[in-house]
Amino acid sequence: MTDTAYGRVKLARDSQRPTGLDYIRKIFKGFIELHGDRRYSDDPAIVGGIARLNDLPVTVIAIEKGHTAKERTYRNFGAPQPEGYRKALRLMKQAEKFGRPVICFVDTSGAYCGVGAEERGQGQAIAENLMEMSTLCVPVITILIGEGGSGGALALAVADRVWMLQNAVYSVISPEGCASILWKDPEKAETAAASLKLTAEDAKSLGVIERILSENEIGKKEFYDRIRMMLTEELEELTRDVDLTQNRYDRFRKLGQSAVIKE
Amino acid sequence: MALFNFLRPKNKLEEGGRSSAPVQQDAGEPEENCPNCHKDIPLSRLWANNLVCSCGYHFRMKARQRIQTITDKGSFHEMYPRMKSGNPLNFPGYKEKIGTVRVASGEEEAVVCGTASIGRQRCCLFVMEPGFMMGSMGSAVGEKITLLFEYAVEHRLPVVGFTVSGGARMQEGLLSLMQMAKTSAAVKRHSDAGLLYIAVLTDPTTGGVTASFAMEADIILAEPGATIGFAGARVIKQTTKKALPEGFQTSETVMEHGFVDSIVPRSGQKKYLAELLKMHNWRAII
Repeated sequence: MTDTAYGRVKLARDSQRPTGLDYIRKIFKGFIELHGDRRYSDDPAIVGGIARLNDLPVTVIAIEKGHTAKERTYRNFGAPQPEGYRKALRLMKQAEKFGRPVICFVDTSGAYCGVGAEERGQGQAIAENLMEMSTLCVPVITILIGEGGSGGALALAVADRVWMLQNAVYSVISPEGCASILWKDPEKAETAAASLKLTAEDAKSLGVIERILSENEIGKKEFYDRIRMMLTEELEELTRDVDLTQNRYDRFRKLGQSAVIKE
Repeated sequence: MALFNFLRPKNKLEEGGRSSAPVQQDAGEPEENCPNCHKDIPLSRLWANNLVCSCGYHFRMKARQRIQTITDKGSFHEMYPRMKSGNPLNFPGYKEKIGTVRVASGEEEAVVCGTASIGRQRCCLFVMEPGFMMGSMGSAVGEKITLLFEYAVEHRLPVVGFTVSGGARMQEGLLSLMQMAKTSAAVKRHSDAGLLYIAVLTDPTTGGVTASFAMEADIILAEPGATIGFAGARVIKQTTKKALPEGFQTSETVMEHGFVDSIVPRSGQKKYLAELLKMHNWRAII
């Protein structure tokens, strides 16, 4: 199943995979959840708060899909409302104020598309995150743990380091959406998945991510220990970076340049 | 003066909408059907009126025509005119499609950038092209807009941008998605430098462009009746399986919900923009 791109998409969507909250609980200690965007409501699809990475206080933010049918309904299947993104931004600004690094876990088929989400400015909420995250003065690491669905995923991924699990996917549009727009045939999702170059290996070769995380022993203690160690090491390096925001700017600045013909 | 009554605006949409008296129609002249009032309008009249029907309906406008109507004569200097996207993912059918689009639209890419004066106010200007894959944002569009904002920071110029887009260009996959982050970072730098950015959202402004530089302006204007949103209406209907409210995702509703500063009909845009630019350039006046 992992040998085709669409097989990866199915794996990434598997409800048995660890979700955002699993990572928060197993990697960090003493997680204190903070709710609400202070403007309208609290979005259960995005979970955020303060926790300790070993001894270091960090701000953690995760898109949560839930495991059981009940949880998944409550979490809106990991499709955030604008309030979710605004809560995330509030917590990031708070992290900046108190000098805490930010760690995000992304797993969403995309920002929720509904009448209410549109009326409350889904596009504006995502845009604001992209803009504000680009100059956040604290280190930001984002890990894509399952689905990285378009703008809804990117809104938590303007980071200094972006990592992907081996079977996670990251794409501008779902393969089904792409197939139905381009070929008017959702059945062609397999072709679309292969064409969109959405696997972790593709993302790495395009320069969109820095690292692919192995899924050996996924869900076990060793798996989370390994990620904890990597996060600790990476944060040590990022904390020493005096040109953090400049480097983040350059990181995104160069993306797509190789695809441009200047003549 | 009753003779000249036909020159007066008939309704609010039409106010100031006529740049001149109706042009005399030639016999057998081609006509365009207005999707709003369903009347046939002779092309000469439509063109004389900046592609706005007498009922107030705004037809889509090509980037070059827009530049001509909005900037001072001869003031526009195009930047990065040859820059265009390749086919980074070897996406099936993309090369052929974009080749056809380039010929049909006469443009290399979906955005035209440059410097210009609007009512003698100097600014950087980008105008997206509806005839080029409905203004879809690929790597070149992202690069051109980023370069323009960087130029504007360097030369301390305001930016005026006309958006029209179906969103990110899926044929360039993740690289298109990354243009949202890239352009947003450039807008942020421009904003942090204390410079003005005005966006004019035209029909349609959706997807990745709405979720990046369209919604990041200091002042966001919109043309009447334009579709403005993030997700497509069809997708929302499929997902929620409910009928959409009336006027959903139109400029008027989006303004009602607080995401647009003002709706400005095409005929008044130049004056409006010039005035706004002037008000932000008061140090130069006194």
